Amino acid sequence: MSPLRRVVVVGASLAGLRAAEALRRYGYAGELVLVGDEPHMPYDRPPLTKQFLNDGWRPEQIALPIPPGLDITWRLGVPASGLDVADRAVRLADGARLHYDGVVLATGARARPWPGHPVPAGVRTIRGLDDAAAVAEALSRTRRLLIVGAGFLGGEVAAAARALGVAVTLVEHQEFPLLAQTGPHVGRFVAALHRANGVDLHLGSRVQGFTSNGRGELTGAELTDGTQVEAGLAVLALGATPNIEWLAGSGLVTDRGLVCDEHCRPLRDDRLPAPDAVAAGDLTRWPHPLAGNELISPGHWSNTVEQATAAARALLKPDTAPAYRPVPSFWSDLYGVRIRSVGLPHLADASEVVDHDPAAHRLIVAYHRNGPLVGALTANRTSQLVPYRAEIQRHLDSRRTRTRSVQD
Amino acid sequence: MTVIVDLNLCQNHGQCVYAAPEVFAFDEEETLTYQPEPPESQHDRVRAAVAACPVRAILVSEP
Ligand SMILES: Cc1cc2nc3c(=O)[nH]c(=O)nc-3n(C[C@H](O)[C@H](O)[C@H](O)COP(=O)(O)OP(=O)(O)OC[C@H]3O[C@@H](n4cnc5c(N)ncnc54)[C@H](O)[C@@H]3O)c2cc1C
Ligand code: SF4
Repeated sequence: MSPLRRVVVVGASLAGLRAAEALRRYGYAGELVLVGDEPHMPYDRPPLTKQFLNDGWRPEQIALPIPPGLDITWRLGVPASGLDVADRAVRLADGARLHYDGVVLATGARARPWPGHPVPAGVRTIRGLDDAAAVAEALSRTRRLLIVGAGFLGGEVAAAARALGVAVTLVEHQEFPLLAQTGPHVGRFVAALHRANGVDLHLGSRVQGFTSNGRGELTGAELTDGTQVEAGLAVLALGATPNIEWLAGSGLVTDRGLVCDEHCRPLRDDRLPAPDAVAAGDLTRWPHPLAGNELISPGHWSNTVEQATAAARALLKPDTAPAYRPVPSFWSDLYGVRIRSVGLPHLADASEVVDHDPAAHRLIVAYHRNGPLVGALTANRTSQLVPYRAEIQRHLDSRRTRTRSVQD
Repeated sequence: MTVIVDLNLCQNHGQCVYAAPEVFAFDEEETLTYQPEPPESQHDRVRAAVAACPVRAILVSEP
């Protein structure tokens, strides 16, 4: 392989930055260009729905540190508009064309918007720093907040707003919060947490429509359970949708994400990996043995960091990079309760409560699929995750040896 | 190599315990404990733990 002289990283956030760091760590000495559509230097998103909303954190506190010596050429504030895989070039919206010897695709995801009609002013989503700053500002002027979607993000916004003394109505169409993601035990536990903290939780309910005043400003919403909610601010927490549009026409396969193989390489229409390209972070979906090799997209911080490192290695050392088969892990903080998980709880067909101490807000749930353990979740009991994680790791390792012996 | 964890920053994410279980652990009170001077054989794992900590609570100094 001829040495790479220019690597272009598209997406200047967690995945892009960590991939750039790993490229240097693995010895890449050529030109390194980071393209990002946001005007900001890379920052960390998890605090946006936590300390940034209720602890008065400033943007400087969430800046991701840039280690000295990375020697990056920054192209911030300009989106990439296309990728030419055959010519090895990234097209930018300002007309520039960046030739590459290697490319890292890391354009992440954005908040899913309200489907259909335009929404009144005061209905917001949170994905980036500017969104979170706008919500933080609006929260300081609002007494009543409506949140649509009681997933982790919506739940954290509820907790932050309650800490500020704002009245919160939280609407979730599932029977429990997080039901599809973590099952009924955690759903009940989280629902109880919200209610204990004074949230007006509406389960099995949806927003039928928003109401507004003559100036087009939000006044509230009507729910399918018949409730009329009053609110000066609404936050939509409906999940994320991957930023794949700019890759249209590139010949890469997209299916609710950029489809990659186990070596972080995006696949072309002919299902072969695209040359000189890797991808990482919330943009991607790839096959994981825990999921029976179905495509997964965890959408979490730890995966992003680990996958970015694996992608950098795969780009520099395509012949020796190991398959990327992590034990995923996730965290969320709700009202000071530390919720942590390992594995892929959403895949489970059975789950059991191993321990529950309601007074101490402690919970341990184990998840199984066709028998074997596929995940575990704890609240205020992170220590107990360690053996579960080890068991999932062993299971993954044993599958690895099995596949190898079948191939031999 | 010396390791210091800022326990005011640490939020029990556990990533360091996964990355370097012989150096980092939780005690019965769910507080993180660690070896401040891990042996050479653990240094790569400790560096992985530093990169994996979501709140950058682990500080390592290498002479
Ligand atoms: C509010 C919030 C809270 C979170 N909390 C947690 C948590 O508690 N725990 C957890 O595990 N995970 C959490 N996450 C998830 C975690 O932050 C993500 O997994 C991580 O940010 C993914 O990084 P990424 O670089 O792949 O994508 P992103 O962070 O989405 O970054 C992609 C970047 O690419 C840019 N971009 C998009 N299109 C283009 C283009 N065409 N050209 C150039 N640039 C482009 C985007 O603007 C963005 O800057 C949270 C996420 C959010 C939004
Ligand atoms: S990874 Fe960081 S936050 Fe998590 S337990 Fe270790 S030091 Fe604490």
